[in-house]
Amino acid sequence: MPTIFVDDRAIEAKTGDNLLEVLLSNGIDVPYFCWHPAMGSVGACRQCAVVGYANPDDTRGRIIMSCMTPVTEGARFSVEAENATSFRNSVVENLMLNHPHDCPVCEEGGECHLQDMTVMVGHSDRRYKGLKTTFRNQYLGPLIGHEMNRCITCYRCVRYYQDYAGGDDLAAFGSRDRVFFGRAEPGVLDNEFSGNLVEVCPTGVFTDKTLSKHYSRKWDLQSAPTVCQACSLGCNTYTSERYGEVRRVHNRYHNEVNGYFLCDRGRFGAQHVNSPKRIPGAGIRNAGGLYEPVSIADALDKVKGLLTGKVIGIGSPRASLESNEALRQLVGADNYCNGMTSTEREMHGVILEVLASNLSVPTMMEVETFDAILVVGEDVTNHAPRLALSIRQAVRNIGQQLAADTGISQWHDAAVRELEQDEKSPLVILSPMTDRLDDIASDTHRLAPNDIVSMVEQIIEAIDEDKPSDAKDIASTLLAAKRPLIISGTSLSSPNILKVSANLAAALARKNPSTGIFLCASEVNSVGVAMIDNTGNAEELLGNRSETVIVLENDIDTRLGSALLDEVRNLVVIDAMDNPTTSRSSIVLPAASFAEAEGTFVNNEGRAQRSMATFNPAGDITPGYQLLSALGGDHLSASGWQQKLTAEHASLAGVVTCAPDEQFRIEGSRIARMTHRASGRTAMLADVSVHEPQQPLDTESPLAFTMEGNQTRAPASLRPYTWSPGWNSNQSIHKFQDEVGGPDKSGTTGTRLFTGSTELTGFELSEEASANLIGQVHIFGSDELSNEAAELSTLIPQPYARMSSATAASLEVSHHDGLAFGDIIMTVLVDDEVAERCVVYPMIPGTEALGSAQLSELQKVAGYTSPSDPLRPSLITTDRTS
Amino acid sequence: MSDKPLTKNIIGFDGHTDLARYESLGGYAAVRKTIGRTDPDAVLELLKDANLRGRGGAGFPTGMKWSFVPKKEGNGHRYLVANADEMEPGTFKDRLLMEKDPHQLIEGMILSAYTISADVGYIFIRGEYHVAIARLQEAINAASASGLLGEHILDSEFSFRLHVHVSAGRYICGEETALLNSLEGKRAIPRAKPPFPQVSGLWGRPTIVNNVETLCNVTHIVANGADWFKSLGLGVDGGTKLFGASGRVARPGCWELPMGTPIREILEEHAGGMAEGYQLKGFLPGGASTDFLTPDHLDVPMEYDTVMQAGSRMGTGTMIILDDHSCAVGMIANLEKFFARESCGFCTPCREGLPWVQEVLDRIEAGNGELDDIKVLERQSQFIGAIGNTHCAHAPGAMEPLASGLKYFRDEFITHIEGKACPYQREV
Amino acid sequence: MSNIATDNPTNFLTEQEIAEIESEISHLPNRPSAAIDALKIVQSYRGWISDGSLNAIAELIDMSAGELDGVATFYNLIYRQPVGEKVILYCDSVSCWLMDGDVVCEKIKQKLNIDYGETTADNKYTLLPVTCLGDCDHAPAMMVGDELHHDLTIDNIEEHLS
Ligand SMILES: Cc1cc2nc3c(=O)[nH]c(=O)nc-3n(C[C@H](O)[C@H](O)[C@H](O)COP(=O)(O)O)c2cc1C
Ligand code: SF4
Ligand code: FES
Repeated sequence: MPTIFVDDRAIEAKTGDNLLEVLLSNGIDVPYFCWHPAMGSVGACRQCAVVGYANPDDTRGRIIMSCMTPVTEGARFSVEAENATSFRNSVVENLMLNHPHDCPVCEEGGECHLQDMTVMVGHSDRRYKGLKTTFRNQYLGPLIGHEMNRCITCYRCVRYYQDYAGGDDLAAFGSRDRVFFGRAEPGVLDNEFSGNLVEVCPTGVFTDKTLSKHYSRKWDLQSAPTVCQACSLGCNTYTSERYGEVRRVHNRYHNEVNGYFLCDRGRFGAQHVNSPKRIPGAGIRNAGGLYEPVSIADALDKVKGLLTGKVIGIGSPRASLESNEALRQLVGADNYCNGMTSTEREMHGVILEVLASNLSVPTMMEVETFDAILVVGEDVTNHAPRLALSIRQAVRNIGQQLAADTGISQWHDAAVRELEQDEKSPLVILSPMTDRLDDIASDTHRLAPNDIVSMVEQIIEAIDEDKPSDAKDIASTLLAAKRPLIISGTSLSSPNILKVSANLAAALARKNPSTGIFLCASEVNSVGVAMIDNTGNAEELLGNRSETVIVLENDIDTRLGSALLDEVRNLVVIDAMDNPTTSRSSIVLPAASFAEAEGTFVNNEGRAQRSMATFNPAGDITPGYQLLSALGGDHLSASGWQQKLTAEHASLAGVVTCAPDEQFRIEGSRIARMTHRASGRTAMLADVSVHEPQQPLDTESPLAFTMEGNQTRAPASLRPYTWSPGWNSNQSIHKFQDEVGGPDKSGTTGTRLFTGSTELTGFELSEEASANLIGQVHIFGSDELSNEAAELSTLIPQPYARMSSATAASLEVSHHDGLAFGDIIMTVLVDDEVAERCVVYPMIPGTEALGSAQLSELQKVAGYTSPSDPLRPSLITTDRTS
Repeated sequence: MSDKPLTKNIIGFDGHTDLARYESLGGYAAVRKTIGRTDPDAVLELLKDANLRGRGGAGFPTGMKWSFVPKKEGNGHRYLVANADEMEPGTFKDRLLMEKDPHQLIEGMILSAYTISADVGYIFIRGEYHVAIARLQEAINAASASGLLGEHILDSEFSFRLHVHVSAGRYICGEETALLNSLEGKRAIPRAKPPFPQVSGLWGRPTIVNNVETLCNVTHIVANGADWFKSLGLGVDGGTKLFGASGRVARPGCWELPMGTPIREILEEHAGGMAEGYQLKGFLPGGASTDFLTPDHLDVPMEYDTVMQAGSRMGTGTMIILDDHSCAVGMIANLEKFFARESCGFCTPCREGLPWVQEVLDRIEAGNGELDDIKVLERQSQFIGAIGNTHCAHAPGAMEPLASGLKYFRDEFITHIEGKACPYQREV
Repeated sequence: MSNIATDNPTNFLTEQEIAEIESEISHLPNRPSAAIDALKIVQSYRGWISDGSLNAIAELIDMSAGELDGVATFYNLIYRQPVGEKVILYCDSVSCWLMDGDVVCEKIKQKLNIDYGETTADNKYTLLPVTCLGDCDHAPAMMVGDELHHDLTIDNIEEHLS
C-alpha cells in the first residue's frame, strides 16, 4: 500500500490502482468521462487531469491524466492546483463547442454525467463563435435511441460494446471532430447487452426508448431496489415508476452478482408490468363462462368458502418465497408443490445438492477470475445472459497475466488488449448448436444432449487415465488451469447434464481444490422454491380429481400440460398476467407484479435477495402473499412471512437477515423512493384536482412512497437509487462503494444460504431418452413475463427448425422449406453447426408441443414461403432521419 | 569515405540506383561484413557510441531506443518498421532517399533488424509516393533474389523478411504508435506510452520504429565506424543531415550537410538567399510542427540542442520560409487547418481544440476578429500545447507555430483585428 | 457466427482481388490485419469502396462490416463514394500555400467547375485536398491519378490537366 500525497494530504493508495481510482475511493472529486470502473483507462477525454510533481523540490509539476497514472510510494499530486483546475475547465469548454444546448429536451437531463462534470469544473461562459458539427441519427432497434449530436467522443460506447460485450455491429467511424458512433447501416443492435449503452454513455447519445416513449424527468421517477425477474442469476436492479407504470430499469451495482451491467432481457423485460394483459381486478367466472368483475373482498370471500375440504396449492418458481410460503401454509405442507415439472425438480435438486456440498461455487463476479472454463450444455447467453459478460472477461485472464508479466497495469485497457491480441484463456463449449460465445471459445463440440453427457463422462475418465482423445484434450486443459470452472445449467432440460457436470467438478476438485462449479437455474426463484419443498408433485397431488386448486403465479397449462387441470372443479388463480391457466380459472385474484410487491428470491448461487416494491399497485391489485394472508386470515406483512420462512425451513434462515425489515429507520426517517427534487409530484394529478392526494403509506417496508426521508445513507439492500450531491448520474455509485469496484459501504447485499460442507458422493445418472428435437432457449422469447414487454416482444424469433445438411437430407427438406408438427410451422434452417440427427427449434410461445414430438412426426409443408430471416423478425429499419 | 554518405549515390546521377549500381559503389558491404560475423550487441554498442539521433523529428538517440528492446526470449516475432510516412508539411527528404537509392534504406534495415533480432520488417510508406513504392518493391525483390533478404541471409542463422506497407493516408499515421495500429489494419489512433513499442509494439511484440533517414545512416555507421560518423558533424551531434528549404527562396531544395550547419549557410548559400523581391520574415526550422524563428536566429547551428535553445525544434530539418509578402496569420491559419483536419479524433484538446483555433484564425484572417480572440488563442495554446496534455504529440506540435507566431507576429494579429481585414493582398 | 447462408465474398470479389488479399494475409498474424491492404486492393480495381465491396471484404477477412467501415472511413485515401476517373489530390499545405497554391487551386476549381469533394460532370476528375506531398521545393504540387505534378502556376495549369 503506497502512501501518496494529494494536495499535501497523505493517502494510503491501493497497490495496482490508478490515481483516479485512488482519488475517487478517497472521496476526492475528480471529473472524468472515458474511464469506467469496469473498463479501465484509455486517456481519451483528458478530463481527469491533475498535476503530478517529479520530486519534492518540484513546485511547478506538470499536467498528468490521473486515470493513466500508476500510484507509487511517496508520489505527490495536486488536484486543486490552478493549472489543473484551469485545464479541466478547458476540457469541458472544448467538449461543449459542439454539444447542443438541448438539455431541456434531452432524455439524459437531470442525471447527465456531462452536466455534472460541467458544473464541477465551473465552466459557464461560451466563447466559441463557430458553427456546431451535426450528425444524422440512426435507427438502432426498438430498445435504444440515438442522438449523435450530443456525443462528446469519449469512446466508452464502442469500448463497452465491442471490447467488453463482444458486439461487432457498433463502431467508431470517421476521424477528427467528425467521429461517428453507430452501425454500418441503421438496424437493430445485435448484442444482448446493448441496454448498458444507456448507462455507459455519459451523455444523451444512447437512450432508453422504453423510457423515452413516455418521457419523464429522472428526478420525477419513483424508484426502489429490485431483483431482476428474468432469469436465475438475480441481478440487482433499480426499477422506476411514474403514473403507475414501470418507466425504466437501471443497473444496481452489486460487487458479487452483476457488477455494473445487466442484460437486455432484464432491463427491458420489466416493461411487462405495463402489459395490457395485466389482470386489473378480481373476477369470477359466471355460468355463461364469462368473467364478472367483483370486488377483491367479494372474491376473497368466495375463495374462503371453497377452502373447506382438501385444497391443493401449486406454487411457482417465479413467485416470491413469501407468496409460496403463504400458499404452503394456507393449504398445508402436504398439499403444496412448488409448481415445477418433475424434470425441473430433479434438476434443481442437483443444484441444491451442489450448493450444499463442499464444491466451491463462485459468485458471478468471481467467474471472471477463472482461467479455464468448460461450459456443459448450457446456453449461457440466452438462458443466464449476464453470465456471458463475465465469461467474456474471464477469457482475458491470459492477457491480464501477460500484462502483469510485462509490467503493464491491468487497468491500462488498450495496452493490455494490444498485448493479448487473440490470445484467450481456454473456454470449451459442449453444446448441440452454435453458441453466442463461440467467438471467444478455444474449442467447441456440437453434441446431442446425451452425447454431451457421455463426453463429460469421458473427461472424468481422462482425468485419471492417459488415453488421447477429444476428452483427453479437454481434461488436460482443465487440469493445466490454476482455477478451472465448470459451468452448466438447466437450459437443455437434462438432469444428467447437471449431474455429470457436478461429478466432473468433484473429480477435478480432488486434483485441484480451486475448481469451481457454476450452475444456472431456471427462473428467478427456482432455487428458492426448491428449498421450500422440492418433493411435492403436481401430477400426483392432482392425480385424483380435485375440488379446489389454488395456482400461484404459474402458467400450468404451458408448463405442465393443459390436461392436468381438466378435472379441477374450482380453479383459483392468483396472477398478475393473463395466460392460458388464468383464462380457464373459476376465480382470478389480481396479483401485484414484482414492481408492486416486496419479495425474497434465491438465485442460482443460493443467495437470498430482497426485492422492494417500487410503487403501490392500482385498484385491487395486491401482492400474492397478502392475498393468501387474507385467505388464511392471519394478515402477515412481508417480514412476517420472512420470519415464518426462517422458522419453518432451517436452510432459509438467511431470509430474515438479507435486508432490514419495515421497522428500520435512519434517524427516525424512512427511506424516500422519490428524489428530493421530485418536483412533478404535486403536478401529477393537477388536471384532476389541485389538491395533492396524500401519499400512500407503506406498511410493508421501511421505504416511503414520498420524497420525504433519507436515501443517501440507506443500506444497499434498501437504497432506491444512487444519487450524491454533484453526482446525479449512475456514476455516483463510487460514493457508495467502499472503494472503486469494491463492496458497498453498507456491506454486500443478500445472504448466501449455503455454507457447503458435505462431501459430494457423485450422482448416479438416470436413464434419459435421447432427445433429438431440442428446444433452444431465446433471450427474447423464452421467458413468460419478458415476452409481454412491448419492445422485447418484437424481437421474438419466428419458429424455425435448424439442422445439419445431413439431417435435412434425411428429413428430405432443404434450407427455407417449411416443416410442420401439428399446427406449428417452422422454417428449415440448414446449419452444419447443429449436432447430427438433431433438430433445434426455438422455445417461444406456441412451440411447447414440440417438447414431446419425435423427428419422424415432422412433416414437410408444401408450397411454403419462408420469411427472409426467422431469427430476426422483420422490423422497419428506420424511424427518423434528421 | 564520402562526407555526404546519404546522397553520395544520388548526387549527380539522374536515374535511381539499382542493386548492381549500389553494390558496385560499395553497397551491402556492411551487411556482408556484419551478418553472422559480428555480435549484434557489438553493433548496438557501435550505434550508441556514434550517438545517432532519430531523424524523424524528435531526435531521440537511436542506440538508446534500441537498447530498450528486451532480450530475445522464445521465438515470437520482433519487428522493425521504417517510418516512411513523411507527411509533415514542408518535409521532403525521405522521398528523395527512397526514390533514388532504395537499397540504402534496405541495407540499413537489414543491419538494424540484425542488431535487435527482428525477423520481420515493414516499410510504412504513404500512399502518394507511387514512385518510391515501386522502386522499394523492386529493390526488395532484387535483394531477396540475391540472398540479402529472406530466410538465412547470406547463409547465416539470421532471417529477415521485409514488406512494403502502403498507407491509406492521414498524417497521424506518422506518429509511431498510430502507425503500428495502422499496420495492424486498425484505425490509426496513437497508443498511450508506456508501454513503449520496444516492449509491446506491433501485435503486442517488441518493435522498433525509425525514420527512413535514421535507418539509412545505420549502413554508413556500420561501414565506417562511430568516430568517422561523429567527425562528420560540426557540433555535438554526429553525422550529416538532409536539410531543406521551401517557400520564397531563390533555389528551394534539399541538401545533405554536416549536422550543425548554421541556418544562415543553408539559406544563403544552398538556397541562394531569398527570391528576388522578397525579404525573410521568419521561418519554421523543421516542418509544420516547429516554432517560428526569425532573422535574429540565422546564426543558430542546425542541431537538436542549439535549435531547442533558440526556442524551437530542429524537427525534420526542412525549413519553411515566411517572406515579407506573406501573411503570418494566414500561414498559421493554413497550418492549423491542416492540424485540425489531421487530428485522429481521440483526445479532447486536439479533436475539439484545434477546430476552435482554426475557426478563430480564419475569422481573424477574414477581418472578423476581436481582440479577445487573441486571449482564446493563448489559452488554447496553453491548454493543448504541452506534451502530456494530449494523448500524443500531434496537438502539442500544432501549437508550436501558433504560440511562437503569437509571440513574434502579434502586431500582425492586431492589425488584422483593428483593420478588420488582412493587410496582405495576394497577387491573383 | 453461424453457418447459415451468408453472403459469399467469392460472389462479389474477383479471383484476382481475392488472391491479392490472401497474399497480404499470408504474411500477417491474423486476417483482420489485412483490412487496409484489402480495401486498397479492391479500390485499385474499382476506384472506390461500395457497400457491396465493403461487406464482401469484411466477410473475407473475418471482420464485421461495421468494424471495417470504421477503418475505411478513417483514412482519406479510401473512397467510400464514387470518384471520377482520376482523383486530383491537391496539396493545400503550408509550402504550397506560401507559393500561392490556393490561388492556383481556385483556378482549377473554376476550370473544372467543381469544388473540393466534387466530381466533374464528365466524371473525369474528382478534386480532393491533400496534406503536403513532399514536393515542397517545387510547390505548388498536386497528384493527378498516380502522377505528381509540380511547379504549378495559373498559367500552366491547363497543361497539367489536359
Ligand atoms: C503527429 C506526428 C507525425 C509524425 N510523422 C512522422 C513521419 O511522417 N515520419 C517520421 O519519421 N516520424 C514521424 N513522427 C515521429 C515518429 O513518431 C517517431 O518519433 C519517429 O518515427 C521515430 O523515428 P526516429 O527515432 O528515427 O526519428 C511523427 C510524430 C507525430 C507526433
Ligand atoms: S493529440 Fe489526441 S486527437 Fe490529436 S492526434 Fe494525438 S491522440 Fe489524436
Ligand atoms: S478519465 Fe482520464 S482521460 Fe478520460
